[in-house]
Amino acid sequence: MPEIRYSKDHEYVRIEGGEGVVGISDYAQQQLGDVVFAETPPVGKALKKGDPAAVVESVKAASDVFAPASGEVIAVNSEVESTPGLINEDALGRGWLFRIKLADPNELSSLMDEPAYADFLKTLG
Amino acid sequence: MRYLPLDARERAAMLTRIGVPDIETLFADIPADKRIQGLLDMPLAKSEMAVERAMTAIANRSLAAGSAPFFLGAGAYRRHIPATVDHLIQRSEFLTSYTPYQPEIAQGTLQVLFEFQTQVAALTGMEVANASMYDGSTACGEAMLMAHRLTRRNRSVISGGLHPQYADVCATLTHMAEDSIVRLPPDLKASEDISAEIDAETSCVIVQTPDFFGNPRDLTSIAAAAHAHGALLIAVFTDPVALGAVRSPGEMNADIAVGEGQGLGNGLNFGGPYVGLFATRTKNVRQMPGRLAGETVDAAGRRSFVLTLSTREQHIRREKATSNICTNSGLCALAFSIHLTLLGAVGLERLAKVNHANAVQLADRLSAIASVEVINTHFFNEFVMRAPRPAAKLIEALATRGVIGGLPVSRLLPGAGLDDCIIVASTETNTEDDRAAYAQALADCLR
Amino acid sequence: MNMQGRPTRPETAAAPAGETFTGNRALDVEEALIFESGRFDATGVDVDEPPSFQSKLGPHERQGAIELPGLTEPEAIRHYVRLSRNNYSIDAGIYPLGSCTMKHNPRLNEKMARLPGFADVHPLQPVSTAQGALEVIEALSNALLTMSGMEAIAMSPKAGAHGELCGMMAIKAAVEARGEGEARRVVLVPDSAHGTNPATAALIGYSVRSIPAGEDGIVSAEAVRSALAPDVAAIMLTNPNTCGLFEREIVGIADAVHEAGAYFYCDGANFNAVVGKTRPGDLGVDAMHINLHKTFSTPHGGGGPGAGPVALSSRLAPYAPVPFVVREGGSVRLVEHVEGRKSFGRMCAFHGQMGMFVRALAFILSHGADGLRQASEDAVLSANFIRASLNDVMSAPFADRPCMHEALFDDRWLKDTGLTTLDFAKAMIDEGYHPMTVYFPLIVHGAMLIEPTESESKTSLDLFIMTLRDLAIAAKAGERERFQAAPVHAPRRRLDETRAARQPVLRWTKPQPA
Repeated sequence: MPEIRYSKDHEYVRIEGGEGVVGISDYAQQQLGDVVFAETPPVGKALKKGDPAAVVESVKAASDVFAPASGEVIAVNSEVESTPGLINEDALGRGWLFRIKLADPNELSSLMDEPAYADFLKTLG
Repeated sequence: MRYLPLDARERAAMLTRIGVPDIETLFADIPADKRIQGLLDMPLAKSEMAVERAMTAIANRSLAAGSAPFFLGAGAYRRHIPATVDHLIQRSEFLTSYTPYQPEIAQGTLQVLFEFQTQVAALTGMEVANASMYDGSTACGEAMLMAHRLTRRNRSVISGGLHPQYADVCATLTHMAEDSIVRLPPDLKASEDISAEIDAETSCVIVQTPDFFGNPRDLTSIAAAAHAHGALLIAVFTDPVALGAVRSPGEMNADIAVGEGQGLGNGLNFGGPYVGLFATRTKNVRQMPGRLAGETVDAAGRRSFVLTLSTREQHIRREKATSNICTNSGLCALAFSIHLTLLGAVGLERLAKVNHANAVQLADRLSAIASVEVINTHFFNEFVMRAPRPAAKLIEALATRGVIGGLPVSRLLPGAGLDDCIIVASTETNTEDDRAAYAQALADCLR
Repeated sequence: MNMQGRPTRPETAAAPAGETFTGNRALDVEEALIFESGRFDATGVDVDEPPSFQSKLGPHERQGAIELPGLTEPEAIRHYVRLSRNNYSIDAGIYPLGSCTMKHNPRLNEKMARLPGFADVHPLQPVSTAQGALEVIEALSNALLTMSGMEAIAMSPKAGAHGELCGMMAIKAAVEARGEGEARRVVLVPDSAHGTNPATAALIGYSVRSIPAGEDGIVSAEAVRSALAPDVAAIMLTNPNTCGLFEREIVGIADAVHEAGAYFYCDGANFNAVVGKTRPGDLGVDAMHINLHKTFSTPHGGGGPGAGPVALSSRLAPYAPVPFVVREGGSVRLVEHVEGRKSFGRMCAFHGQMGMFVRALAFILSHGADGLRQASEDAVLSANFIRASLNDVMSAPFADRPCMHEALFDDRWLKDTGLTTLDFAKAMIDEGYHPMTVYFPLIVHGAMLIEPTESESKTSLDLFIMTLRDLAIAAKAGERERFQAAPVHAPRRRLDETRAARQPVLRWTKPQPA
């Protein structure tokens, strides 16, 4: 079972070895509604934690996706660009956005694990 | 006051329902020392007849283009507009509706916009067009900013054949956005080598055809040079009717085509309101500014139209929006669309041919006058005439003889060394008598 | 005796409406696109073939065909008339879109704008032949200066957002002239602001610092003071604000902004509430755009054209863009070039929205000083009347004090009904009304912003209020079907906007043979 961490901006990063797969949480996709567009960062881009990295748009809102951890972009999900609805159907699976080579695994400790994120969502009412 | 339905008794009843003693109480949040008792310097309300009388008196102090032999273009063109156009755009449902935010009760406007977008794309030879911009000059500025977003560069190269005021708009935007710009000097004979100015930092090249001086330009090699450097070609035009006769921006591989649409459906109106046309390649659509109507279905499965991709717009994106613009030029776009629908490709091509024919005949007549020279080798309906007199004075002298003879280049390009040049335009509205009157007046002035 | 005749009573009482063969519903007719109904060889304009001549197009002549269908005149008229009937309009009913100001559009103004001395004048005619047109610009400028109490006016901006850009450019030019171009890069924008404000600030390279509106819906001078710093170039504040409230701490805000060396941009979208009641210049505003299409009723035309002249304080006046007009004795001169002035440059080709200037001037002359002030008062009165008549069945935030020209409601009252603001708005369509502005301002949950304007009669207001009360009561009574299915009587049911955005179809294309 791969480890998954969440940011307060509702990005997730799933840790797979020294790499992280980034997307938006299931809660985030529900809040946005039907996603109609996703823009991923260029492969090779060096991201710092908190940098705007991708854009997800629904009919009613456009949202920046911030890098939950630092690292170089090593792959992007071209499937979500052509079929953005995947983010609604399977945010944590086929709706991933990009993959980074984690620059500093220690950064992950400031993110929430699943139970902590679930508690965090409760505070949002 | 004829426009205000409430009367004193009703106002009193409403105040009672609200529960305040008087109207001033409703304005209590305005600091007391900042309230005024009225607009003391202004006259009181006038009857419709009185306003009409006053306005007509002012209007009579301008010369209407239709009342003189008229040969002025330079970005705005006098056209015969079918009576149908003005009749239709004055229908309440078009004239007095808002931006179609409730598509269930705005399909009329939305379908018009969808048709307009398709017409503009076809006319420019591009793949997709927006629902219009303010005018040609602002469309040009927006195209430059769009190119910056697409290329992630910020240096634009501007042809010396671009309408000087369009170039000024780009320069102002560039200065304010802290980008960089290269403006080539005024290029009377389309002889500049703009491709040489393109480098690896260049975001876009902006070239007008037919240019400000009337020369049609081949953009194909400029497009190739731009693309070789990862830059974009923005093609500009100022008269949509020209596209009925000359090669389209799309044919010449432009990435963005922008232009002034006034020349179809819209009067001169002393410069506005006009309608900016904006078209590009499908792959660039998410960086395109302005509104877009798109096709979809309603809950009953019927084809319908709706404003779409609005997440690009500022009401959602705020500081990340593609542009700060939130209006198009809806009614002018409608007028443009109706006129073009009436023309169809057949009518447009014929209209363009008449414009060209009239200009050729005029050029022949004027250049027959001793000491008058027509500069252009090729032109559509506008050309530069050189005469041995300061052009500004010559135009004034022609005006006193009742002829509006064109634009002295020095009016828009003072100090460019083109003080003896006049840009002369002809449209379908000019007759053989007009041309004869112009030639006669010009010969008299030069005598 | 002739026994023929037609029945004079309906045979059956209301039979249910069935589907028609055509998809049409009597006056409501489905209309094809011109690309489907038109022919590529048809035209509705007779153009004479020119006598033979020698082409001067050379190698630039167009080669390919243009894919543009034509319609003859009767076909074209029918097409557009049919389309028009699918639109709601202010001429047909109340159009209570908050912040959009859909007031009556006098037809006199249309007639005036079409006088040849205005409509048929070229922007680059010799100035000596365009004095009347320049006089209109001068007269309207003077009227706007009187109403705003400001020093100068830039007439060329083509719409409100363009005016905002103009005002912010003047501010940036002034900041740069003081040598503070590097130091001051931040614009304060309340979170209740219209989205164009942050978009405009970003366009000229400024970053936005958000200021929260207070619990009472206004921005406090305290909040502004604590956000001000030496890096602030300007504040952009809408007054009356997007919640329909007058910013009652505006003078303190202006003082604080000026003390900090920054400028005060006022978004004048809602100026129509206070014309003749107060003057922005007296409140400390440095720049404010005026939407002629709102305050002075130039028609909205389905989304433009607008016009957005910008009034400027004496501190910003030198930086105004070209062109502008100057009176010199008996004539009006047009200044078209920067030529050593401090002017920041040019916003657009030519001189602005002349057609709109004529209409606005006719509106101002018709109303006069007394009518303009009365219009402001009636607009505010009508909004307060609506709010007072509905706040027992709907919930109105900030209702402890008067509103200006807009009545703001939120969706607290819909809690437990399972219905949303959108459902309520769509149900209004079935009742024959255009909905109010919804979900704006963003700081109010499920916002419904109603702007009746001064153009509605008491009867019209009463009917509107009665309808909204009926709907509110039905919503609370659990009639969910009525709302969630709405609209059912409009030319269209609700649209699939997700599909439109996911697979954008932005133009007609020739159907491919299957």
